[in-house]
Amino acid sequence: MIPAPFDYARAGSVEEAVSLLGSDPDAKILAGGHSLLPAMRLRIARPSMLVDIGRIADLSYVRDDGERIAIGALSRHHDVGNAEALQELCPIVAHAAGQIGDPQVRHMGTIGGSVAHGDPAGDLPSVLLALDAEFVAQGPKGTRTVAATDFFTSLFETALAPDEVLTEIRVPKANGGWSFMKFQRRAQDWAVVGVSAVRANGGVHVGLTNMGLTPLRAAGVEEAVGGGADPASAAARADEGTAPPDDAFGSAEYRRHLVKVLVRRALEEALA
Amino acid sequence: MVATEPFVGRPVLRKEDPELITGEAQYVDNWTMPGMVWMALVRPPYVHATIDAIETAEAAAMPGVVGVFTAADLELGALPFVWPITEDIKVPVRYPLTGDKIRFAGDAVAVVVAERREQAIDAAELVSITATELPAVTDIEKAAADGAPLLHDELGTNVTVHWVHGGAGDQSVFETAPVIVTERYVQPRLIPNAIEPRGCLAYGVPAMNEWTLVSATQIPHIVKVTLSGVIGSEKNLRVIAPDVGGGFGSKLNVYAEEALALALAKRLGRPVKWIEERSENYVATTHGRGVLHDVTLAADEQGKLIGMKFVELADMGAYYQLLTPGIPELGGWVYMGPYDPQSYWYEFRGVVTNATPTDAYRGAGRPEATYVIERAMDVLARKVGKDPAEVRRINLHAPFLEATPFICGLSVDSGNFEPLLDKALELVGYEQLRKEQAARRDAGDVRQLGIGVTTYIEMCGLAPSNILGALRYAAGGWDGATIECLPSGEVILKTGTSPHGQGHDTAWSQIVADGLGVDPDKVTVLHGDTQVSPLGMDTYGSRSVSVGGVAILFAMEKIKEKARTIAAHELEVSEDDLAWADGAYRVSGAPDKARTIPEIAVSAWHAHALPDGVEPHLNATAVYDPKNFTWPAGAHVCVVEVDTETGAADIIQYIAVDDCGTVINPMIVEGQVHGGVAQGIAEALYEEAIYDEVGNLTTSSMSQYLIPSAVEIPHMTTDNSQETPSSTNPLGVKGIGEAGTIASPPTVINAVVDALSHLGVTEVGKPASPERVWRAIQEATTGSPGVSGGLGGATPAQQEGGTA
Repeated sequence: MIPAPFDYARAGSVEEAVSLLGSDPDAKILAGGHSLLPAMRLRIARPSMLVDIGRIADLSYVRDDGERIAIGALSRHHDVGNAEALQELCPIVAHAAGQIGDPQVRHMGTIGGSVAHGDPAGDLPSVLLALDAEFVAQGPKGTRTVAATDFFTSLFETALAPDEVLTEIRVPKANGGWSFMKFQRRAQDWAVVGVSAVRANGGVHVGLTNMGLTPLRAAGVEEAVGGGADPASAAARADEGTAPPDDAFGSAEYRRHLVKVLVRRALEEALA
Repeated sequence: MVATEPFVGRPVLRKEDPELITGEAQYVDNWTMPGMVWMALVRPPYVHATIDAIETAEAAAMPGVVGVFTAADLELGALPFVWPITEDIKVPVRYPLTGDKIRFAGDAVAVVVAERREQAIDAAELVSITATELPAVTDIEKAAADGAPLLHDELGTNVTVHWVHGGAGDQSVFETAPVIVTERYVQPRLIPNAIEPRGCLAYGVPAMNEWTLVSATQIPHIVKVTLSGVIGSEKNLRVIAPDVGGGFGSKLNVYAEEALALALAKRLGRPVKWIEERSENYVATTHGRGVLHDVTLAADEQGKLIGMKFVELADMGAYYQLLTPGIPELGGWVYMGPYDPQSYWYEFRGVVTNATPTDAYRGAGRPEATYVIERAMDVLARKVGKDPAEVRRINLHAPFLEATPFICGLSVDSGNFEPLLDKALELVGYEQLRKEQAARRDAGDVRQLGIGVTTYIEMCGLAPSNILGALRYAAGGWDGATIECLPSGEVILKTGTSPHGQGHDTAWSQIVADGLGVDPDKVTVLHGDTQVSPLGMDTYGSRSVSVGGVAILFAMEKIKEKARTIAAHELEVSEDDLAWADGAYRVSGAPDKARTIPEIAVSAWHAHALPDGVEPHLNATAVYDPKNFTWPAGAHVCVVEVDTETGAADIIQYIAVDDCGTVINPMIVEGQVHGGVAQGIAEALYEEAIYDEVGNLTTSSMSQYLIPSAVEIPHMTTDNSQETPSSTNPLGVKGIGEAGTIASPPTVINAVVDALSHLGVTEVGKPASPERVWRAIQEATTGSPGVSGGLGGATPAQQEGGTA
């Protein structure tokens, strides 16, 4: 309920945030706060300092950059869900953003926070992984771009250095067939298992939520579809290479079953 | 003279809502006092351990800390336990802080007092406990087994109580009847989750030794009696229940924190406040359910019940709270349901475990009973090859309007059960649904349809004091009402009930308005303060209207008797010439010659010309002790769609037909049914407190403990139009606070099982999570609960036997 004591600093710019993060190895970035603050209130997370980037004005945008669509890291889920550029050109991102949590969460939570938190149960990371998104990070030595496939390294861990700020997410234009299947107990819950399927380069990319320590790609399914398999037989490979959790929402065994059902349904929808 | 429609029976808008929905309500956390300090409890990092040392110096040195106290520092008496249900019950003694041994995660070992709340919480983290960990047991069967780790060495066993109903009728039928159903049902623990956690504030006038406890409680009157020992004298203690944000039984208790706040306020001479954190609430506030039943039904080949037998193991938790072993016993009187068997048996054993104490949770014993009766009735229906609605119909007790003995040994006040079942089946469109179900089965649809039907009876309106006494409960079951008719025309009602969301302000005003011929808006209902309204037994067990509400009726009779004397005097007629009509005493044959209660209140107040022997002021008090319980009944129907691939069950229709006797306010009744059914759906499909092997609660927050939201709760059709008056009281009321929670869990689970019965599924545990449903399908169709595969929908080829 009441977090352990911490310092608070508000960054006016990305540069200032980077510098503040460099000054304290136990500092954490505060954006929408919808993952960090609940953990702090339970005293599971005890950062020494919060660097609040929530008021950096120029990090909230969605724009068509020609090749890709660029999404500012501070864009709220609500704004991502309602961005026309995404709804038209990469609808799975807009749709998935609209499925996160509840309206209050979507008005506060940010896409950057969702990505940087590295939660394998988060909705957007596996969508972005399926899309081969790129993430732009700014640190003391300037900016760099990290491919989604290299970004999620372990449970709640990403390729971001402690003094780097995620500033932008770039997604391809993908308005062919797609499907987003989120199986959850309650509307505001994390997915027990989530599946995103997007048609790309003549095949299908499939991202999996909550099937391992990181968001995953269902490589076996993608290969099978590429080889001409029908959805049911491709989906039989959906749990290959996964390590699903065992928790109150479902056993690993159940998730292995569920992911096959959801992938089959997602493929049927995306390829229809 | 215009006849006015009675207010009773009208959906009058709730008076209490404007404050509640505009943030103006005053919960205990809204209270603050000059010089107030905050309390934080030190909860242990163990669930079972002997305490070797408690180190408090580091915490005591933290900023703002006023003191750190252990059991040895405070030397408080044991916490109250008021329901020793048998002569030989073993009672674990519980102190507000534990000094020798930790027996569950909420068993606080120390309390920190600091100037600010966060200082107290920060310092509490620094109290270190050296303890020797012991093996923990949270499973009831394991705890009851020989060689289990003992919670209380001095008791010599974990099976601390054995209550036997004693039975009725020929007990051999459970072996000799033509049809015997034997089933075992597990009902997991539930966490009540009132939206407002517990909290209290103790303050006083030390020089006068006068103390006040403001507490988020359902039972200020019982708290006052049971905690008076903490400050030395009952006359010096006042307990206030301010606006209370729900209870569901979890605030029908007297807690360690209340005793500690009072003791520390007295010791420190400063107001002491405590507000529970939600994560604390999950381990330190009582849980509900946590029972296991072995059921035997004896019937003839037609499915007509001959006998009903239930043997239960009930999880008490680490200690008894106020009522703990009394909860299964309360259920012990309704195991016949609305049926009419000739033989009856019920017994339970209470088992202590290294888990949070259990106690009342909405329905308290009756949902547990109704669940196992109604689950087994469906098994009986399948066994005799009959529709589940039909099996219930042939077993329903015949209608009766006067108290009638039932096989459980108590008399039921009134009942007319079959029309309730008819109504529910009609509202849901039962026959059409069965056709649709058959079509989906034939088509091998992925989404299969299931229908659950429940008929139930419950026992509420707690309670006749003499019966409570016979059941060895320490308190009575009466309630009080004091009415004052003020010269301004306003009426003050002081009720002994203590609402925490039920709408008593509104419903009680409707009763007064009809009885005294005043507008409900002129009635102010005062409650929840032992100084303002000292005569009461509070709110729980759907008792408020059928005890406290009836007390109002008797107080009004006294008011009207006095008013009639005054009116006759003023109108210069004999009292026999007056009749009460249209809100006034009127002269027979000359109805315009009349006196209203507000007019008489003025006369009684100025007292200029009262008849001889009549005391000034129009006021009266009545204390009412019911002669019987009240027995609501009803029929619920649930329709689910089950995704046979994922196991997800969606409720697509829910029908609740409940007969709660006279309805005071249909809108409030409907709200109670909605809330109760929602809570029962939660129990059936979502909620379950889970402990791991070493005794940790893994569902320790609202993210893991699944309370459904409005999105998950379906539209409900309610019907309360059948109002069979209770023969227990002159209002004819029965109570509706718990009916929804009692009837709905088996209705939902039976619907889920029904959806899958053609696949050979006969049982799905509670809560019917998608995984449980999926495993049940796997087990039925492949013979193994864990084998994956079979991605296709359920096909007719997989079907096997079973009707319904």
